[in-house]
Amino acid sequence: MDPVLLVASIMVSATPILLAAIGEMVVEKAGVLNLGVEGMMITGAVVGFAAAVSTGSPLVGFAAAALASAVLSLSFGFLTQVLLSNQVATGLGLTLVGLGLSALVGASFEGVRAPGMHKLRIPLLADIPVFGPMFFRHDVMVYVSLLLVLAVWAFLKYTRAGLILRAVGEDHESAHALGYKVVRVRMAAIFFGGACAGLGGAYVSLVRVPQWTEGMTAGAGWIALAIVVFASWRPLGVLIGAYLFGGVTVLQLNLQAAGANVPVELLSMSPYLITILVLVIISARGVHGAPGSLGRSFHAST
Amino acid sequence: MIRLEKRPQPSRLWTILTPLLAVVLTMIVGGIMFALLGKPPLEAIRTIFWDPLFHPQFASYSRPQLLVKAGPLILIAIGLSIGFKAGIWNIGAEGQYIIGAVTGAAVGLAFYPSESVLLFPLMVVAGALGGWAWAMIPAVLKTKFGTNEILVSLMLVYVAENILASASSGWLRNPEGMGFPGSRNFKQWAAVHNDELITGTGMHWGVVAALIAVIAAYVLMARHIQGFNIRLSGEAPRAARFSGVNPSRIVFLCLGISGALAGMAGLFEVTGPAGQITIDFGSGYGFTAIIVAFLGRLHPVGILLAGLLMALTYIGGELAQLMLGLPGASIQLFQGMLLFFLLATDVFTNYRIRFAKRELA
Repeated sequence: MDPVLLVASIMVSATPILLAAIGEMVVEKAGVLNLGVEGMMITGAVVGFAAAVSTGSPLVGFAAAALASAVLSLSFGFLTQVLLSNQVATGLGLTLVGLGLSALVGASFEGVRAPGMHKLRIPLLADIPVFGPMFFRHDVMVYVSLLLVLAVWAFLKYTRAGLILRAVGEDHESAHALGYKVVRVRMAAIFFGGACAGLGGAYVSLVRVPQWTEGMTAGAGWIALAIVVFASWRPLGVLIGAYLFGGVTVLQLNLQAAGANVPVELLSMSPYLITILVLVIISARGVHGAPGSLGRSFHAST
Repeated sequence: MIRLEKRPQPSRLWTILTPLLAVVLTMIVGGIMFALLGKPPLEAIRTIFWDPLFHPQFASYSRPQLLVKAGPLILIAIGLSIGFKAGIWNIGAEGQYIIGAVTGAAVGLAFYPSESVLLFPLMVVAGALGGWAWAMIPAVLKTKFGTNEILVSLMLVYVAENILASASSGWLRNPEGMGFPGSRNFKQWAAVHNDELITGTGMHWGVVAALIAVIAAYVLMARHIQGFNIRLSGEAPRAARFSGVNPSRIVFLCLGISGALAGMAGLFEVTGPAGQITIDFGSGYGFTAIIVAFLGRLHPVGILLAGLLMALTYIGGELAQLMLGLPGASIQLFQGMLLFFLLATDVFTNYRIRFAKRELA
């Protein structure tokens, strides 16, 4: 296969997971484990699709998707941060709600095609032979996702707010003692994570597949969660993980299309098998780098 | 200023009241949702929760369906609840259920057209072993490498779905099926057909197994030392280790039980209500069982009741689709909301709500 097309399609395939994973990484850095990524993504996919189809503008679709998923994620935030519910169970609940909600909203959009998304030709760079078509002729969301990774990295590393966020995630008791608003910081992180997951979902329904089918995110949200572990909670690792996964997905699809002498089902399950394998290798190495307060409820009076 | 004060012990009263409160809240919000969809809310709620049991015309058909649908949910949820108690999050019951059905069916089909009475029990064992083996993958990876069981068991659902696809269109396909996907129909094979045991009740072997599982789980958790160890591992992992509980053994035990029960549920479903291995035979039970486990407060008797309630929403949902043209997805949303409201109202179980003035620091 043409290597130019291959790299270009890997970037498209990786973008939804990259968006969702970088958002979830920020949430987890704040000490919250939100297992509802799949539910927020599928909600973003359906809302983004509906908004884009009815306005004819994919960008409006992305904005609507981000907003809808972020608002949905606040329900998780309210339950876990204010009502102190179990984060694992609540995240699962969020996924179940999201899957039901999306199927309900999406029923009337089956079979409709998404409005096309313009490819952005970055001046000068896009004209470089080989590299131009590979990297610089994508739709705007591919660049947004890359800029987002850069922004998150800079935010966590160089800003005061980023430092507070990490402190809250590392040790919420100490952060609270220092006078930081643990719950408020975490709610903001959850909101941001929701918005990112929504963008990722909308990318699936607007660019990758350009149509709506029920359950179309097919585990992408869970893979995003796995990639955060793979990345050891570092932005660069998230980028590498998402692109590796995108590569596996595209390769197996190409092998299927080429009629390789391997059962189709084996190829379709390979991204999930490889995710498990990678999780094993990462866990076996023993260096995790997980935030200290990850998944623990915070209650000021205790 | 509203303040939460942690209770020294979870309130027993609220433990029982919160599921009821969650059901009422779900009905209210669900009613609003139905109204937004342009359906009469009260009629919709009545059609879902009342008509399947008491409507003169439908009840005779839908009452037996209650046990048919509740059986697998209870069986799977009992297994999951044991793990959840220990803080072991098996989210992949759907995969274990599928693999149990495939291995059990494969063993049975290997002996086609035997009419031996031993065949069905053999298939049940094979189904349980299949589900058990599938659950051992996250168990081994967790104990050997510290891999997160939530993500691994979930990834394995997607793997299992692909295995199911290849079984139904390939190696388990009915050779006399004229090329259509799907295995032989177990309903036409008397020796292995998991039929109603008492006509008109809907009770098949899966329901019997579910009831046995409820009792066994109750005995295990309330009376047996392993049950105590499981609870201790969940509530105080450090204390458990000091008292000599081996964490790895608990992981294998909990995942093993839930995998075997889910696998069995898959086999009962495929030989009974579903009838054959197809690409989408009765899917979704593995995920709904998570809601059942929580709604039943991780307690065997609670799970029994929660399973019946959840079965009611399935049957009532189908009825509402038929009678009111309510979209099928709204029931899924309904079930999700139920879990959400339950978790939200749980705050009353663990905390006291105090209305107090803000004190000066």
